[in-house]
Amino acid sequence: MAFLDYFRRAPKSATLAKDRLSIIVARERAGTRAGVDYLPQLQQELLAVIARYEKIDLSHVTVNLDKSGGCEVLELNIQLPDGPPPPAPPSSRPALAQS
Amino acid sequence: MSNPSKVVVVTSGKGGVGKTTTSANIATGIASQGKKTVAIDFDVGLRNLDLVMGCERRVVYDFVNVIRNEAKLQQALIRDKRVETLHVLPASQTRDKDALDAEGVGRVIDELKQMGFEYIICDSPAGIEKGAQMAMYFADEAIVVTNPEVSSVRDSDRVLGLLSAKTSRAEIGGAPIKTHLLLTRYSPAMVKRGEMLSVGDVLELLGIPLLGVIPESKAVLQSSNKGTPAILDETTDVAQAYLDVVFRYLGQERQHRFIEEEKRGFFGRLFG
Repeated sequence: MAFLDYFRRAPKSATLAKDRLSIIVARERAGTRAGVDYLPQLQQELLAVIARYEKIDLSHVTVNLDKSGGCEVLELNIQLPDGPPPPAPPSSRPALAQS
Repeated sequence: MSNPSKVVVVTSGKGGVGKTTTSANIATGIASQGKKTVAIDFDVGLRNLDLVMGCERRVVYDFVNVIRNEAKLQQALIRDKRVETLHVLPASQTRDKDALDAEGVGRVIDELKQMGFEYIICDSPAGIEKGAQMAMYFADEAIVVTNPEVSSVRDSDRVLGLLSAKTSRAEIGGAPIKTHLLLTRYSPAMVKRGEMLSVGDVLELLGIPLLGVIPESKAVLQSSNKGTPAILDETTDVAQAYLDVVFRYLGQERQHRFIEEEKRGFFGRLFG
C-alpha cells in the first residue's frame, strides 16, 4: 500500500538509470557524435607501431576525441613503461624506405 | 510563396517508442491548421502509417512505385478523408532493402515541394540502417521521439549523431538540422516515485530542446485500433498533448503540460 512505501527508503531506479546513461552516452559520443568511427582502429594501429619500440599493451594507449566550442581535439595518451627502455631488436624495426 | 516547404523527419533509433503515432498525429495536427501536409512512410517492407491513419484500403501505388517510375506521385498520394489538406504517401511492402536511394527519394521530395506541400513529414523506420538514413537525409528538422527509458535514450543519442553527420545538410556543410525532443509514454506518477527518468534527466542527457511530453495513455491504442489519429478526439490528454506540440511547432507559446502528476484525493493517495 502506498502509505507503507512512505516509510521505506527504496533505492531510486531512475537515478541509477541516469547515472548509467551519463557514462555510456559520453563514451559513445566520443566516437560517433563527431562522425568519427575510426578511433578503435587508430588505437590498434598506433599500438602496433609503438609495440615495435616499446613493450606496451592496449590499455597503455588511449585515443579520445573531444569537442569544445568549435574546436575538436584528438587526444592521444601513450603510457610508457617505467625504467629505461630496452633496445629494440633490429629485426622488429620497420624497414627503411625501399624504393 | 509565403511559406517554403519544410522537411521534418520523425526518428528515434529504437522501435516501438511512438514514431508512427507521432508522425500521424503531428501531420494531422499541422494539416488541421490549413497547411498542406504530407506524411511519408519510409518503413519499406513493414508499412504501418497507412493503418494508423486509417487509409490502408485505399493504397494502390506506393513510395517505391514512384521512385521506380512505375506510378506517378499523384497516383500514389492518398488524400485524407477527414482533413482536406492532409496526404499520405504509403510505404511499399517490398522486401527489397535497397528500394530507397538518395537520388530517388530526393526526386520525390522535390516534386512534393513543387506541388506546394508546406510540411513533408518523414516517418522513419526503426534502426540506424539505410531506411532510417534515407528518412533523415533530406530533413530540415528532426523530431526525436524518446521514451524515458535507458535503451531509448541511448538510441536517441546515436540518432542525434547520425543527424549531425549522415545527412545532406551535414555533407554539404549547410546549417545543421534543427532537432526537437519529443518525450512519449511519460508517466508523471512513476517519475515522482523515482521509478522513471524525468523530463529534466532526459533533457540533460540528450541536450536538445524539448518540443513536448506525451503522457502514457490508453487513448493511443484505441485510436490506432480505429485508424483515427488521437489528435482528432480533443477530449483525451494525448490529443491535448499533441495539439500543444503542433501549436508549439508552428511557433505559438504553449506551457508544457502532463509533466506533473494529477492531483488525487486523500483516498486515492492512500490506496493508490
